[in-house]
Amino acid sequence: MTNEEILGGLAEIVNEVAGVDTSEVTREKSFVDDLDIDSLSMVEIAVQVEDRFGVKVPDDELANLRTVGDAVDYVVKTA
Amino acid sequence: MTVRLRQLPPAAGARIRGLGSTQPTRVVTNDDIAATGVQTTDSWIRERVGIVARRFAGPDESLVDMAVDAGSKAVADAGLSPADLDAVLVATCTMPSPIPNAAAQVAHRIGVTAAPAFDLNAACAGFCYGLGSAADMIRAGSARHVLVIGAEKLTDWVDPTDRSTYIIFADGAGAAVVGVAAEGEEAGVGPVVAGSAGDLVDTLVIADRESFIVQEGQAVFRWATTKIAPIALRAVELAGLTPGDIDVLVPHQANLRIVEAIAKRIRAAGGRPDLVVADDIVRSGNTSSASIPLALDHMRAEGRVRSGDVALLVGFGAGLSYAGQVVVLP
Repeated sequence: MTNEEILGGLAEIVNEVAGVDTSEVTREKSFVDDLDIDSLSMVEIAVQVEDRFGVKVPDDELANLRTVGDAVDYVVKTA
Repeated sequence: MTVRLRQLPPAAGARIRGLGSTQPTRVVTNDDIAATGVQTTDSWIRERVGIVARRFAGPDESLVDMAVDAGSKAVADAGLSPADLDAVLVATCTMPSPIPNAAAQVAHRIGVTAAPAFDLNAACAGFCYGLGSAADMIRAGSARHVLVIGAEKLTDWVDPTDRSTYIIFADGAGAAVVGVAAEGEEAGVGPVVAGSAGDLVDTLVIADRESFIVQEGQAVFRWATTKIAPIALRAVELAGLTPGDIDVLVPHQANLRIVEAIAKRIRAAGGRPDLVVADDIVRSGNTSSASIPLALDHMRAEGRVRSGDVALLVGFGAGLSYAGQVVVLP
């Protein structure tokens, strides 16, 4: 799976969980500061990322995923 | 020599015969919480947990007082008198002291003489554990009518400066009378699906008598939003039903977002679009073991549920513990 495909999938998940427009979900955006996603929505995103990409995103790793790019890189690294 | 111990004649099944609930008089809004100096706002609380208001018990409203009130109402609702009760069971995790238990005090004050009376601590799953135990006592022939109460005074154990818990937890009590199914009557309490996830024991604790409730919000949220719906669906299966047979879904009122996540999974598994989903947390907060019977009693008073409706109950909380079953509403 390419980085673009992962980003596209992640954008769909963020859209479904938090109602953020998929075009807003770009690599440099911070989940909390730019996309206004709270800690519980981050958990919902993590659960859907796990289902969709077949990776594990434990809570302590989740805390390190500050930007959309961090999350894409994490999926690439652990998939 | 092998002795044979005579057994009591078993019963075919149990049904819920009556419901009752009570809440403290003091309504606490989100603005009231913010006014105490805790860093929060009405909109922050509504977004995170869905609560608009909750009730806090005062010094003259004890856990046992609330349990007595809710229990008495359930007995009256069932058309029974205290003398008809064979056992009193109180699910609670917030008694001010370990002994005496709440149930013996409740039984005495309601007017039940010498009945088996015991407390059960499975935290927010307690009511469903109690309902399952009561139904099993009845099926085994040990009792014909059991009063099951969930009663909590969580505010005794919450740090009023901790916004992560102070905004959520509240006080109240709810009760059900479980009775033996009459000759020719169908059972109205399905098999309980109960269990625990002790590997997550540290995520929701009161460490000792000087401590307050501490919760790892993300860990509990993840567990509740992913593991509880399958347990509820297993309860439906064990009852011999399908998700489309369920009229009412009553998850423990932990957080509106958890309730909605569970409902979404039940609908995805075949639950009906018109499934009624309890949202009593909005006005009652998280009352732990009291939340399910409180929600049922409130929904009945509002006309959102009717006698004969098939309800799927599922409790979950500290332990971590869970229990769920299908019931037919009285």
